[in-house]
Amino acid sequence: MKYYDKLIFELSQNGRCGCSLPDNGFGETSCTELPTALQRAQAPELPQVSEPDVVRHYTNLSSMNFGVDTGFYPLGSCTMKYNPKINEEIAALPGFTSVHPLQPLSTVMGCVQVYKELSDYLCSITGMSAFTLNPFAGAHGELTGLMLMKHYHLLHGDVSRRKVIVPDSAHGTNPASAAVCGFEVVQVKSRPDGRVDVEDLKPLLDETVAGMMMTNPNTLGLFETGIREIAQLVHDCGGLLYYDGANLNPLIGVVRPGDMGFDILHLNLHKSFSTPHGGGGPGAGPVGISEKLKGSLPQPDFYCGEQEFSMGRISGFQGNFGVILRALAYILMLGRENVKLLGSYATLSANYIKVCLKDCYELPIDSVCKHEFVFDGLKDKSNEVTTLDVAKRLLDYGFHAPTIYFPLLFHQSLMIEPTETESRQTLDEFIKVMRTIAEEAATSPDMVKSAPHNTPVRRPDETQAARHPILKA
Amino acid sequence: MNHPYFPHTEEDIRQMMEKCGVSSLRELYSDVPSDCIYEGEYNLPKAMSELEVRRHFASLASQNVPLKIFAGAGAYDHYSPAVVPYILSRSEFSTAYTPYQAEISQGTLRAVFEWQSMICRITGMDVANASMYDGATSAAESMMMAVAASRKKNRFIVSASLLPQVLDVVSTYARFHGIDLVEVPVEDGVTSLTELKTELESADVAGVMMPGINRYGVIEDLAEAVEAAHSAGALFVEYCDPSAMTVLKTAGEWGADVACGDAQTLGMPLNFGGPYCGFMACRQEYMRKLPGRLVGETVDADGKRAFVLTLQAREQHIRREKATSNICSNQSLMALYATVYLSLMGPAGMRKVNDLSYAGAHFLKGELLRTGYFEEPFSVERPFLKEFVLRPRRDAEKLCGMLADRGFLAALPLGEGLVSFCVTEKHDRIECEELVNAVKSAFDALGGARE
Amino acid sequence: MAKLIEGLKYSESHEWVKVEGEIALIGITDYAQHALGNITYVDMPSEDDEVFAGEEFGAVESTKIASDLFSPVSGVVTEVNSALEDAPELINEDAYANWIIKVKMSDPSELETLLDPAAYEAICK
Repeated sequence: MKYYDKLIFELSQNGRCGCSLPDNGFGETSCTELPTALQRAQAPELPQVSEPDVVRHYTNLSSMNFGVDTGFYPLGSCTMKYNPKINEEIAALPGFTSVHPLQPLSTVMGCVQVYKELSDYLCSITGMSAFTLNPFAGAHGELTGLMLMKHYHLLHGDVSRRKVIVPDSAHGTNPASAAVCGFEVVQVKSRPDGRVDVEDLKPLLDETVAGMMMTNPNTLGLFETGIREIAQLVHDCGGLLYYDGANLNPLIGVVRPGDMGFDILHLNLHKSFSTPHGGGGPGAGPVGISEKLKGSLPQPDFYCGEQEFSMGRISGFQGNFGVILRALAYILMLGRENVKLLGSYATLSANYIKVCLKDCYELPIDSVCKHEFVFDGLKDKSNEVTTLDVAKRLLDYGFHAPTIYFPLLFHQSLMIEPTETESRQTLDEFIKVMRTIAEEAATSPDMVKSAPHNTPVRRPDETQAARHPILKA
Repeated sequence: MNHPYFPHTEEDIRQMMEKCGVSSLRELYSDVPSDCIYEGEYNLPKAMSELEVRRHFASLASQNVPLKIFAGAGAYDHYSPAVVPYILSRSEFSTAYTPYQAEISQGTLRAVFEWQSMICRITGMDVANASMYDGATSAAESMMMAVAASRKKNRFIVSASLLPQVLDVVSTYARFHGIDLVEVPVEDGVTSLTELKTELESADVAGVMMPGINRYGVIEDLAEAVEAAHSAGALFVEYCDPSAMTVLKTAGEWGADVACGDAQTLGMPLNFGGPYCGFMACRQEYMRKLPGRLVGETVDADGKRAFVLTLQAREQHIRREKATSNICSNQSLMALYATVYLSLMGPAGMRKVNDLSYAGAHFLKGELLRTGYFEEPFSVERPFLKEFVLRPRRDAEKLCGMLADRGFLAALPLGEGLVSFCVTEKHDRIECEELVNAVKSAFDALGGARE
Repeated sequence: MAKLIEGLKYSESHEWVKVEGEIALIGITDYAQHALGNITYVDMPSEDDEVFAGEEFGAVESTKIASDLFSPVSGVVTEVNSALEDAPELINEDAYANWIIKVKMSDPSELETLLDPAAYEAICK
């Protein structure tokens, strides 16, 4: 990767233009005819650049970026699997891209069929009864799911349920989504083995509890073995059980959230279902519900039609359709026989890395993991080489860093998720580099602490960025 | 033969299992209670080859009827230069995650910084975030931000002249978040200022949201409304179209505190409703209340200019019970789309897009009125840019379907006996005339109703 | 070891109080500024705002985390330290020389519930 220092504004020269548009065939009419009070005083200072300027500038920017196509991306809880290229072609078909969201139903039957197929397949994979594909991202799905939870209790005249229980190992968005939905957040502790402490949970469950949010396997990559009992307890107190689908990948083909007793879930199509993450979206966060919540999904619902007790509307139209198309193409390519293999391959890869590295990295909980696991930094901490340093040194070796300092249960969390699309050779190379870094931490700690050394930029000064924010050119 | 996405061979699996000390893949799930394991068959088709997938989707796409789009209502058919999808297809951008590791994410970070800058320059605001999901959710987030910024007030006013889907989303969020939402009615095509001022007499109004261009396509004069909101101690949020705002008075010029809306108008394909790209910008004093991600400029360890996600402590803060937004991933790649589009268009290109749209829309409106099948919808002629409404003398609800049969999406029914049209730079005079002929033929089929 | 100053009162949520007549100066402890790391922003109330003992009155943000500030005493804010608006790093430089707000106390007896340096030191261990 080569350092390139321009911003597009710095290439601008008065009089240049990068577009060609037809002549005005309607005569001299133009928007200068509008009342002056409605017009802006000056044209916006957008760049004035030629087409080759634009292409070269953004190509140069792209060369300073690392994607799944560049190399191994073991970012825990993000499921950075390979993004198949056929999906991109499907999503670019003019028969889909040129459809207006408000066209009469009879003219969009192809799109409706896409919704129907994906909803059906997701129901089968997760064991839920119905899906909305409208939410735009995981956090948006979470919010929608919690709104459905609140809506369910209100429909049943149950107005006292204001609390949502969240484990202390939960993804940070869980409590935030609950708060945005107007719930009070109650935390439940983890046991030393990393699972939810059922004894700590029991006294929290009463008629003020709307439900509980869980991710399973949890953020330590461990299966919540008490899930059946937890589901029973939550249901007995009249609450609903919510599944955060960020960690669905290892269960695909083996375990279905619906069978574990979950009532509402969201999925991340940009994690488990291979759609590209785009450097921070667009993703999609479909929400599935069990039989007892049927009829309450958000509008519009092209597949199920009018929802009798709809909870409202959470998107301008019907979600990120382009992402939905890609996920459907992915599922069709896998088919029923390969879907069964997916989760166990992801799980095998994670366990393999863990076993090969646990002699030089601290493994706080040593039991079979699922798609990911968490190290608590280097085993040998005598040189004070931190998880951040290890992560930065990995960049020098051409790997993306794992998720760091999450979950908060450990001080030096290093969360590794390989996914099923990485070959054993790639895993072995990663293992070798991680071992090399552990050695370097012992022999030349300063070099690791000042990494990375050969990336386009080195560690940025985040304090300066936050103290004196420069947020625009 | 292995599946193309699964590299593990039988030999790899055998060796890896051996290393892990298990004798079967199922043993990796020995901690899962047996009654949780799914032994049934999945209701999925057999794996398709790439060729079969291609055929399947070609057949689905062919079930959609292609229409010439003369409608907007929140999704606009603007032209996008070939360069934009070309750049977006670069997988260094598309297959990256959120730029947490700044050292190897300078591409995404710089592009987002450019996007933030362009949104500020277009809206006249001081700070813009890295994007929101879509226009409707950006409106809902703006409402929650205004309420949070006011600290103690909990009432929010919206104009009924906003797009109906925006109102629906805002009211859903308000209901669940616990905000007291008030809708100010429309009077003769614009927000009723009398009603707005009455509502502002209540002491607990945190903010007011109005559209720059409303659901009838009318450009609203916001001056008095902004003044009324401010003298009541409320924030003013403008819901706006960034394409049109390159020629129209900016949110900053009106005196708004927050600008939000959908950047779909910056050349994004219609795509049956998404992905689009919400945006949100505000004045400097509300910088720390702005939800979502922000990219800032700094220097690296060697003093080189570098960009990072900044003010991220706010994302930690959302772990608290007080969170007023939970947004994480947004529509980053679509923000790049808009940034590349705006770079190509420049100020001159945007001027031309708006001039062509304006000219086409005014031509079409004149021609439609000349058919005698329509009336002016309001008591006075209201200013508009690319979208307008008319009152058909009959069958307002049927017209859209009949035009679809003739290959056009136009005359979207708005209720109240009104239908809406939209013209962009993609339509020339001939296409406008074809639409007028289709309208005539539709009315003839309905039995005529000319004045 | 984090610095402590004799004669100040401390809260369990890591604020300190210096009493000057009926006015209480409130800041965060040296232990707290260490734990937070580089402070980038201090969110402060406005003058004349009312604060209540044990309730949140603002927040400090660092590059790592945002943390709420809790008032050790009840009363009305008479002054906020505007120097912190442009230079939040002053707290990192000397946490005790840089108070955040001054409060006119409505119930000075609340001071008795606060910790002395030894008791505060004990909870920081």
